[in-house]
Amino acid sequence: MKLGRVSGTVVSTICSPVFRARKLLLCDLVDGAGNPLGGYTIAVDAVGVGVGELVLIIDEGNSARQVVATPDAPIRAVIIGKVDAVDQANSAN
Amino acid sequence: MQLGRVIGTVVATRKVVGLDGVKLLVVQPLTKRGEPKGEVVVAADGVAMAGEGELVYYVSSREAALAMPETFVPVDDAIVGLVDQVDLDEGDLDGSDVDGDADA
Repeated sequence: MKLGRVSGTVVSTICSPVFRARKLLLCDLVDGAGNPLGGYTIAVDAVGVGVGELVLIIDEGNSARQVVATPDAPIRAVIIGKVDAVDQANSAN
Repeated sequence: MQLGRVIGTVVATRKVVGLDGVKLLVVQPLTKRGEPKGEVVVAADGVAMAGEGELVYYVSSREAALAMPETFVPVDDAIVGLVDQVDLDEGDLDGSDVDGDADA
């Protein structure tokens, strides 16, 4: 799983059926302290989060399909949690 | 999934049986602001509606094949949607901007 910060939304009318009526969020990948790692991913929102929030993302197909309960969906990245806090041994956050 | 810009098409008459009728497109991966980043990929068109100049998002690895009509095919990247708009906290990216100059 990865940590991400929601930085925007993606609007798409023409898409694979699995994305219809699902919210697509653009998430910057971040480290445990919330610093951007440089990359991003577009993920389906399975919990109901908004822009600016720290989230937990799975980027693996089998788990993703299980979350959206669609066996043959071309889906890989799903937001599966909203992070309240990250406690790390050697960081202030 | 990543954002990409369709910059061309690939014509391959002879290919694996399951890929008959599948459109192959050259896609330039983009940053979230629409700037080109990384090496170009050839992606199969999973929505059958993508064309040159279009802003799309695509899925990679095993899940790409699941976007195809025949799901057990050798496909690495597949376009799974056309982007209308990306709303970013620091400026939007418009999918209708087909000439590739992102007005972020």
